[in-house]
Amino acid sequence: MATETLNPRKWLYPTPRGLYCEPGDFYVDPAFAVPRAVITHGHGDHARPGHRRALATPETLAIMRTRFQDMPDTDQQALKYGESVRIGEVEVGFAPAGHILGSAQAVLAYRGQRIVVSGDYKRRPDPTCPPFEPVPCDVFITEATFALPVFHHPSDAGEIGKLLRSVATFPERTHLVGVYALGKCQRVIRLLREAGYDKRIWLHGGLMSLCKLYQEHGVDLGDVAPVSEAILETFKGAIVLCPPSAIADRWSRRFADPIAAVCSGWMNVRARARQRGAELPLVISDHADWPELAQTLKDVGAPKVWVTHGREEALVHYARGLGIDAEALHLAGREEEDS
Amino acid sequence: MQAFARLLDSLSFQPARNAKLRLIETYLREAPDPDRGWALAALTGGLDFPSAKPALLRGFGQEKIGEELFALSYDYVGDLAETLALIWETDPAAGPPPTLAEVVETLQRATRTQTPAILKRWLDALDSTGRWALLKLLTGALRVGVSARLAKQAVANIGNQPVDAVEEVWHGLEAPYRPLFDWLLHGAPRPSSNAGAAFLPAMLANPIDRSELDALDPAHFRAEWKWDGIRVQVAASGGLKRLYSRAGEDVSGAFPDIIEAIDFEGVFDGELLVRRETAVAPFNDLQQRLNRKTVTPKMLKEHPAHIRLYDVLWLEGQDLRGLSFDERRARLEAWMALKERPRFDLSPLVTFADWAELAAKREEMRADGIEGLMLKRGDSAYLSGRPKGPWFKWKRDPMLADCVLMYAQRGHGKRSSFYSDFTFGCWRDGSAGGRELAPVGKAYFGFTDEELRWLDKWVRDHTINRYGPVREVEQKLVLEIAFDGIARSTRHKSGVAMRFPRINRIRIDKPAAEADAVDNLLRLLTKSEPESPLAGGMSHAHYPGVTLTEEP
Repeated sequence: MATETLNPRKWLYPTPRGLYCEPGDFYVDPAFAVPRAVITHGHGDHARPGHRRALATPETLAIMRTRFQDMPDTDQQALKYGESVRIGEVEVGFAPAGHILGSAQAVLAYRGQRIVVSGDYKRRPDPTCPPFEPVPCDVFITEATFALPVFHHPSDAGEIGKLLRSVATFPERTHLVGVYALGKCQRVIRLLREAGYDKRIWLHGGLMSLCKLYQEHGVDLGDVAPVSEAILETFKGAIVLCPPSAIADRWSRRFADPIAAVCSGWMNVRARARQRGAELPLVISDHADWPELAQTLKDVGAPKVWVTHGREEALVHYARGLGIDAEALHLAGREEEDS
Repeated sequence: MQAFARLLDSLSFQPARNAKLRLIETYLREAPDPDRGWALAALTGGLDFPSAKPALLRGFGQEKIGEELFALSYDYVGDLAETLALIWETDPAAGPPPTLAEVVETLQRATRTQTPAILKRWLDALDSTGRWALLKLLTGALRVGVSARLAKQAVANIGNQPVDAVEEVWHGLEAPYRPLFDWLLHGAPRPSSNAGAAFLPAMLANPIDRSELDALDPAHFRAEWKWDGIRVQVAASGGLKRLYSRAGEDVSGAFPDIIEAIDFEGVFDGELLVRRETAVAPFNDLQQRLNRKTVTPKMLKEHPAHIRLYDVLWLEGQDLRGLSFDERRARLEAWMALKERPRFDLSPLVTFADWAELAAKREEMRADGIEGLMLKRGDSAYLSGRPKGPWFKWKRDPMLADCVLMYAQRGHGKRSSFYSDFTFGCWRDGSAGGRELAPVGKAYFGFTDEELRWLDKWVRDHTINRYGPVREVEQKLVLEIAFDGIARSTRHKSGVAMRFPRINRIRIDKPAAEADAVDNLLRLLTKSEPESPLAGGMSHAHYPGVTLTEEP
């Protein structure tokens, strides 16, 4: 596939506005508004408002419209998984990333060379989106959010079991479950349903619009209702989902002796869980853990790997041990989100 | 082991006492014997086997993932046992995970050379929570915020018994406590409490102040100094000699000098002090001797322990708890007169005709090592727990200082949405001229619920900076802080540390510039200082200060 002479860093490289593809004149997940953007998924540090033109999966565009007041000033171009389109001299396609609804890896081909910008991804099954699809490539750009051997995310079912066991042990208390509004929220609801929990799940108002959008895309969330619509509800024994920041907010005072549960990959490490004030930490993450990252490097078989946002050092060290030409790629605007 | 691991995991994140109790009770009810007995032993600090050395664990980790990745991992997690538990992968071929009983019984028998291989097999078989719990057991530090007393309360609850009933039989039992569970859960007879030097649950006093005293007849009461030490029980019978804390924890190991000096049989109530010549050393000195499994000869020499007796519960094979205080006191005095014992003396009675005279004595007493008066009814039997009426503690008035609120942090549990942990400061000369505030302490109680709501709103409305969970506020709000003592501290910027600080009043009436200076606090450290410059209640300026309080 690769021609010996073409250096991939010549046609795809980081700039202060984000990762720039020169022969296509577009940015991938730029940190600022740009003339042309290719967006891997709807999380705030990847999808930003104000681009003149945006290419994304139909689901990601729907998420962006929900978050950014319909984006009337952005020329939106939808591209389904498996399809491709030509931008400038570059062929752009999308493959599923298994991260959240609509999440994609951007597959960029130029002069016989293929670079995959994987965005954020995970490898375990997620009832709210299709699974990650390994795409053979010359350069694989991977996230490194949980790139340390200490991160082994346990099974989802086991973590949901912890929550249900706690509800059974403290039936008079409210379980406040901190979840990121996009992706984590809907996945946790689906996991609860799969574990047989069929009671109403209460939602913080800030989670409603994206849940509605998931339901419109065929994700069955069962009986969910906003906390604000509750009449004479004491929330004793109830499960209430909210953004993590709301747990310690004045909003949470209405509940009966609440227990703070937080769903995040960071909950794997005790000190981090304590910092976040979690009484019931649940390790449920939408990012690949260490074994998944390692497996993915093998599955895509790329001779070059560029590592972005997170603990690049450990993954670069590990990849080099496998004989891969790995280096860190520092991108603007990536933060530790609620993962 | 997995169920016990889940319990430890839940406990480590659960700050509320009642929730901790519920978790332990649920585990004890559901776990089989003898696992639950070993679990109880672990929670009450009663498990003892050779602990694993950090070097062994580090070696395991480096072997698994290499030095560089292990170093990066450890650096990120910050706890060796946890790092190893997380990087290790469960091996599905390793067979079923060990039970807690298997772990404890194997380790008690294993030699030091056998341990590494056994340990690896278990690490393979357990999940990461299981590995963490196993390594915490092995390194000897559970740190899940459970006292022995709390664990005993939980075990009492599952059998609907008062905790004191468990306490009475406790020291006659051994892990894994089969007879205890048989009694509490299966209707078997109560285990014998007559087993040697058992702990007898202590009788506690209620606080009282001057205004409440007038309703009481002084003739009914006896007074003693309230010593600033640790309340203990000395129990000796049939060759067994024990020293218990007021909560029933066996602290004999830390006080071999006391144990050695026991040449009698009986159960006595008294105050543990450090005494040099005739003087009682400050509480700080006693603190050096606490929480140690072994004591160095130097420590024994420089911080000699002493017990000041004030009650006798059992003597010459007789339970005296049903007798009146006056009768017990007469027995105690007679017994003390029989033989001189350098490590033991008698806490004297303070004589008085009326409350006014006693109040005057309380005001005049300025000695170190006294934190007020105890009042005991002459006719009171020795009852366990904190009965209302027979015994009172009349503490010295607290010291007061006007401080300025500087930082606030949210609390835990029910208070997790409230800014309820307050750091406050006093004025001093700044490095760049002018005056600046130096933090002098932190308080998270003393206020009413209504005041907390008010403080919470004030913090939110006056925040000027945020550092993670901490908010810095405008230096405007004066808080009157009450505290029981003050000590020099190298850990605090201001150089002083308060003992038991709490928020006494919110002084919205007082401008911040008129709050106290650090110098005023420093002056409290000086015994010779005749009159405190601080506002109100400063009758006992020289007070042995520590940051730990033994009786909340």
